[in-house]
Amino acid sequence: MMNIPRNELLALGAGLAGAAVLAFLPLVTEGFWLSLSVNIMLYAAICTAWALFSGPTYLVSLASAAFFGVGTYSVAIFIDVLPFPALILIAVVAGALLATLVGLATLRLSGVYFVIFTLGLAELLGQIVTWVQTNFGGTIGLYVFTDFTETHLYWMLLALTVVVFVTGWLINRSRLGLALRIIGNDEAVARHVGVDTARTRVILFAVSGAFIAVAGAIMAPRYGYITPDAAFNPMTSFLVVIMALLGGTRRLWGPLVGVVPFTVVMDFISGHFPNQTAVIMGLAFLAIVYVLPDGVTGQLETLFRRRRSIDKSLPATTAEEGR
Amino acid sequence: MSVPLLTINRVRKAFGGLVAINDVSFEVTKGELLGLIGPNGSGKTTMLNLISGALSPTSGNILLSGQNIAGRPAHKIARIGVARTFQLVRVLPSMSALENVVAGAVFGHNRLWGAEALALARDLLERVGLKGREEVPVAAMTYIDQKRIELARALAGNPHVLLLDEWLAGLNPSELRVGIELIREISEQGRTIIMVEHVMDAIRSLCTRCVVMNSGTKIADGRSADVLADPEVVRAYLGDDDA
Repeated sequence: MMNIPRNELLALGAGLAGAAVLAFLPLVTEGFWLSLSVNIMLYAAICTAWALFSGPTYLVSLASAAFFGVGTYSVAIFIDVLPFPALILIAVVAGALLATLVGLATLRLSGVYFVIFTLGLAELLGQIVTWVQTNFGGTIGLYVFTDFTETHLYWMLLALTVVVFVTGWLINRSRLGLALRIIGNDEAVARHVGVDTARTRVILFAVSGAFIAVAGAIMAPRYGYITPDAAFNPMTSFLVVIMALLGGTRRLWGPLVGVVPFTVVMDFISGHFPNQTAVIMGLAFLAIVYVLPDGVTGQLETLFRRRRSIDKSLPATTAEEGR
Repeated sequence: MSVPLLTINRVRKAFGGLVAINDVSFEVTKGELLGLIGPNGSGKTTMLNLISGALSPTSGNILLSGQNIAGRPAHKIARIGVARTFQLVRVLPSMSALENVVAGAVFGHNRLWGAEALALARDLLERVGLKGREEVPVAAMTYIDQKRIELARALAGNPHVLLLDEWLAGLNPSELRVGIELIREISEQGRTIIMVEHVMDAIRSLCTRCVVMNSGTKIADGRSADVLADPEVVRAYLGDDDA
């Protein structure tokens, strides 16, 4: 636990090297592929951040859209008065604050009640923003004008993804990570071995929410014109859950495995069958939950473990037969 | 008489109109192995739940080394120094044997981390008879081995008081012998233990002192041999005709 295992160091090195290589992508491509890469990087960041909390606790949060929207509006409201880095900071604080409040309010909620609460949250915030803007702002939307190109957005999202991964890795190696795993296994045991389950849950939710808000903030310049419907779109929450579950949430890099193919396929489907997108997405969700309950990575791990245990048991069975 | 380590002072627990624990008081001395016995539904497990913080008492005090722990959240009580096992064994199924025990060492009264926590967990697994099984997923273990894990996890917190809730229940005769010896060993190392148990042989051979409960009240408290011969205790267990 104290000394970093060799394979983790290798993974960390490989991850950072991979990120460095990916940073050169905008130099070799532009247009459609770059814009698709921005989408992939966006969901890579959000899904991994989502899985930081929902993976170990098994609490499915549909609040991603709420955090995303809060981040987007952090930029939209202050873009004319503050520099962009300050807006990112505001998004971090706003996302963490919202997550803390929600976390405290839902401590006693489990399973499906938590899901419903978080789903309602995005809707509620969207409605509040609409109400405020129609009553006091005069217009429904806000303009965000910046000099950022797709390349800048891509780099920012890549940096965010790296930060999310490093944070997740550090959490896994800390008391907090162990506490989360214990809670995910058995909350009563967690309390009785001395884990402050409430505090652990709220901290992790805040970290996860802050990251998703930053993703929303980075994306604001791309939209240009921010409306509550777009910023607090519940589809964001659903897509995040589907992709993360497709990849698997047992490993830090699990969601990534789901994000890349799903984003590419979704882009194709929404481009060619725009009217059937929602139906296809629903079917994909059902298929993932039924066929791959632990995601692609979970399935692969199970297969790998089975093969290994067969290899191990082979000499034993031959000895048995020899008797 | 030495100063009590744990004092249960007129503790009451009511679930609505049902009084599960009715103003019960008793004391536990440091290093003692106390048997808490009584027929089904007499409130033994509720008593343990009140001490460990799973439930908070309606009234009364629970003092651990003079500090009132009644009604505090379970994780705080665990850190102050109470560890327990559960009536229906509760392991952390997706974690290895070693990790299960590390959980107790990291978050319990001990609050170790890293190499120290791992070393203690290995040591405890060996003590409960699971040496060489550190990396086995606990979900694949037998009932008694899971109980061993639970015991090691509780000990890993280095608690002032160890609560065993029917830890010997469901074991076959040979496992029972092993289990009794294990508890005796832990007690002889100076650990203060309260054990709720139905296995009377175990109570007789392990506990010098017993507290007997019936329908939420304490009906006897004293040397095990005397208490088990007490007509009222016999009546509580067997009914009026046999007393």
